[in-house]
Amino acid sequence: MIQAEGLTHYYGPYPAIQDVNFGVRKGEILGFLGPNGAGKTTTMRIITGFMPPTHGTVTLDGFDVVEQSLEARRRVGYLPETVPLYTDMSVNGYLKYMGTLRGMAPKAIKARLGEVIDVCRLGDYRKTQIGKLSKGFRQRVGIAQAILHEPQVLVLDEPTIGIDPIQVVETRRLIKELGKDQTVVLSTHILPEVSMLCDRVLIINEGRIVAEDTPKNLAAGLQGVDRLEVEVGGPAAEVLPVLKDIKGVNDVTHVNEDGRHTYTIQAQGGKDLRDEISQAVISNGWSLRGLQMVGMSLEEIFLRLTTHEEL
Amino acid sequence: MRTAQAVAWKEIQIYFSSPTAYIVGLIFLALTGFFFTQDLGDPFPEATLVPFFDGAIVMFILLAPALTMRLLAEESKLGTIELLLTSPVRDWEIIIGKYVASLTFFLVLVALSFFYAALLFVFADPDPGPIYAGYLGFILYGAAALAVGLLTSTMSNNQIVSAVVAMGILLALFFADRAFGSVSGLAGEIIGEMGVRGHFDDFSRGVIDTTNIVYFLSVIAFFLFLSIRTLESRRWR
Repeated sequence: MIQAEGLTHYYGPYPAIQDVNFGVRKGEILGFLGPNGAGKTTTMRIITGFMPPTHGTVTLDGFDVVEQSLEARRRVGYLPETVPLYTDMSVNGYLKYMGTLRGMAPKAIKARLGEVIDVCRLGDYRKTQIGKLSKGFRQRVGIAQAILHEPQVLVLDEPTIGIDPIQVVETRRLIKELGKDQTVVLSTHILPEVSMLCDRVLIINEGRIVAEDTPKNLAAGLQGVDRLEVEVGGPAAEVLPVLKDIKGVNDVTHVNEDGRHTYTIQAQGGKDLRDEISQAVISNGWSLRGLQMVGMSLEEIFLRLTTHEEL
Repeated sequence: MRTAQAVAWKEIQIYFSSPTAYIVGLIFLALTGFFFTQDLGDPFPEATLVPFFDGAIVMFILLAPALTMRLLAEESKLGTIELLLTSPVRDWEIIIGKYVASLTFFLVLVALSFFYAALLFVFADPDPGPIYAGYLGFILYGAAALAVGLLTSTMSNNQIVSAVVAMGILLALFFADRAFGSVSGLAGEIIGEMGVRGHFDDFSRGVIDTTNIVYFLSVIAFFLFLSIRTLESRRWR
């Protein structure tokens, strides 16, 4: 659906993004993850045809966003980072106007307006002046204009920033719903959001893509070694060698917190050693107080990828 | 074309619901009323709109930018320019839509000033020629001034900057024949011809000269063309 090749964009002499390549399939939710200033917004502005890249091409549904701009733009719904609203218009008036700009016929707008207002839960505010709405509602109006014309590609720049937690949950559910039949590209620096929403993640830093995979694979691939946390009731001096002797265990570290002995076990090659460990503990007559697998969180992966430390 | 209409309609609604436009209308009507009555104290007053037209075109150096400064500068400021430029709308449709809106509001002002002409026709026996020609000239001049204002609004995302630059351009056009009177030869002639006054005065004397009509239409076309180009260039900046 979206194919980006060799995207580079310069603001003056400074490159905002360099040689960015990616593709998005139909019906996929792709997340752009990166710190502020990484080039997420620049990339999105290029996809939506707001500005052309210095080098490289983007095609939407086969249409080049620069050469066949109108055709490409017809297929896009866009929610920029700062929600662009005419504050002196009513919600209804604004949506109708946006529908016309998107090339919808008056009848089509009328038919679709009610639907969109329901989906975005704006029913009580149709006649309200946008300037009087709270931030969360403005965000909903922003999403409403982006989905009004049922675009094939939905580009959302930080869709959940600055709204309250309940609305964040609602917005995420809405995006997930939309992602069932539309192609969605969204950017965020909220990590759990990515694992919740996205089929695939692009981690972007200093204008370059540093990783690309599903949230799960990213976690697994980077980790290599699975970690288990075990809390055992027994003398640490005896427990430690026993745990180390279990086949498949690479390393064990021990922490004593007010008499709670916790051991962190690194297993080889992502092996699940929970059975072996519990048996070893119980057969020695100790008590097994806790046992859990600890995956590397997206936060850790993100930090590893975006800071300049060697892995 | 339908999108240009939509842009125009939206802007017209904003004109008629915003204080700026009403303030501009108030100032225009109050001051032109003053210009109109200026000569009436004369023992033998002439039934003419010339003082009205003379005052009106000077005032429009200030008022036209006040009407146009918002048009694109605010879109940039609100960020709605991002929606406009990512919608399947051609750049010229945006510019023409905005221009037509400002022109509509201007024509409403012009229509309100017909009151002065009506007074003359009721209470005196004016020569109709200069009045009709004068209005044609005034409308052409106003349309040109709005095109200048639209260009500067496209260039900046600051309304004040946009208005001040437009006033500068309009002042330069207004004084072109005088300030550059000292320049001799072809250059002086060209600069002199660019001046608004010379072209406008014929109209208020009752002369409709194609040269003058072409002059104003060229100014309008030139500034609208530059506006479209400037909007396009936003994509590359």
